[in-house]
Amino acid sequence: MVRNFDRTFAAGVTALAMLVPLTLAGITVLIVIDAWPSLTTFGLSYFTTTVWDPVHLVFGAAAYVYGTIVTTIVAVAIAAPVAIGSAIFLTEFAPRRLRAPVAYIIELLAYIPSIVYGLWAIFVMVPIMRGAIEPALQNTVGHLPLIGQLFSGPPVGLDLLSGGVVLAIMILPILTAVSREVLLAVPPTQREAMIGLGATRWEAVSRAVLPYARPGIIGGIVLGVGRAFGETMAVTMVVGNSSRDITGSLFIPGYTMASAIANQFVEADTQLYFSAIVEVALTLLIVALAVNTIARYLIRRTIADRPAGAVV
Amino acid sequence: MATQALTFAAIPARHRVATRRRVRERVIVGALALATLASVAVLVTILSYVVVRGLPALNVDFFTQRPRPVGEVGGGVQPALVGTLVLAAVSGVIAIPTGIAAALFVVEYRSGRFATPVRFAAELISGLPSIVIGVFVWAFLVRGYIGHFAALAGGVSLAVIMVPIVARTVEEVLRLVPNSLREAALALGAPKWKVILRVVLPTARAGVITAAVLAVARAAGETAPLLLTALGNDFLSTDLLRPIGALPIQIYRYAVSPYDDWHTKAWGASLVLVIVIGLIGLALRVVARQRVH
Repeated sequence: MVRNFDRTFAAGVTALAMLVPLTLAGITVLIVIDAWPSLTTFGLSYFTTTVWDPVHLVFGAAAYVYGTIVTTIVAVAIAAPVAIGSAIFLTEFAPRRLRAPVAYIIELLAYIPSIVYGLWAIFVMVPIMRGAIEPALQNTVGHLPLIGQLFSGPPVGLDLLSGGVVLAIMILPILTAVSREVLLAVPPTQREAMIGLGATRWEAVSRAVLPYARPGIIGGIVLGVGRAFGETMAVTMVVGNSSRDITGSLFIPGYTMASAIANQFVEADTQLYFSAIVEVALTLLIVALAVNTIARYLIRRTIADRPAGAVV
Repeated sequence: MATQALTFAAIPARHRVATRRRVRERVIVGALALATLASVAVLVTILSYVVVRGLPALNVDFFTQRPRPVGEVGGGVQPALVGTLVLAAVSGVIAIPTGIAAALFVVEYRSGRFATPVRFAAELISGLPSIVIGVFVWAFLVRGYIGHFAALAGGVSLAVIMVPIVARTVEEVLRLVPNSLREAALALGAPKWKVILRVVLPTARAGVITAAVLAVARAAGETAPLLLTALGNDFLSTDLLRPIGALPIQIYRYAVSPYDDWHTKAWGASLVLVIVIGLIGLALRVVARQRVH
């Protein structure tokens, strides 16, 4: 009798646990099925045209992909130096008593709901961008030959640049946390050997610790990219959501894939329109899966597998 | 010793490199400290704005009344508050047992070829954009089995987000339980299910509670999937088969509206959300500290 319940219990636990891979499979299958009409109708042209015409039923998501890539690049460009710099400071240079509390404070950023970021961004950050930062950028860097193109056009405030900045703030905690974890996993022998050879603390860090930690830090950046791709609410509120032009300027009120879905999902009135939006979701799904797998592989490699003191 | 002005040229050549390195070190470390300061400053700034702009919105009406018609001043966000609690309960009931089961499966019933798919699937789901999960639950429940927007669908979408968080944390905690405890219980003749329920889980209790509470706190702040599943409701409702409000939904709708009063309420609701999540975090720290003997 006891043995029967053992089997029942095991079966129950297994059944519940199997819900997890089942859900993942279900998500993939349902989204592919719903995106199928759009996939078969438009094929590859879906990603090469920016025409999004619900009336004539021609859909191309190039603008959304472009917006997602641009905002993500801006986000990583801003967040990566700050996050990695903070992580290095907190693991190598900060006074010991400050290390854990400050790291904890930065991690707190991750617990603020994204809608609160969006609220702050739309009412506080965007006016500053529109009134001060974007005109300043336009008046200074905007006159340079190639880079100037990035800052051309009227500084609207609700544009790709703002979207990128909000994303930067949102991926900051996870980038910092992962970089810290990776740096803490570097065996002290690396650092000690450099100091023994006469290096200053920064030289020891930059020449021994950082190269050792590089795959993991890159993994952290990839993780941040994955997070940035999928972030919806905060970006939707500030990215503009009105222009599908690909002009090379950051001051365009564009879309990201996630914001396009958020804005249009409940408005899709025809089968093909709906399917086109779900295809955006499918793209996000595939990219998120790929990016996360790569990121976790890179991070795990640095933390787990490198033997202590190995010559790189 | 004669004191000279310490110019770079006055330093003998063999010492110059050392000084340059030292200066560079100072500058770089200064920049790193600045980066850290920037991160902390961002958090402090955002929280300050939430408090300063949200506090004026908090009054008795805010917590007890439902929203007034468009454009009218006054009213409150009570339906959204209740809705968040209901959704937290529904998603918790679904996600916490499932997450614990997944962790148990991976740690205790290490059935080789099946354990890795479960953990792998959980990790992949945790990396999915929440709007994609919203689309899935919409297709599965709102369009499919339920037929319309419903609190249950919202709860399910939150549960999907929560399960990987619970599973990952509980797995870590379960692995911390010493094997000697399990072996001792088995040696005393206890069946495996009793070992798990009476020995392993109680030992890991603090960690499991932490996992559950963390997951619920995270889900409480989600907006995108709820917009597609629970829809939101300006009227107080606890019916699982009807649309339901939630704080994040309310914040979003108020924020993108053109009314100043609603903007203030959005700040207020954000303050409530942040305070609740903050209190949960603090409570967890207290519990964790008590457990350390």
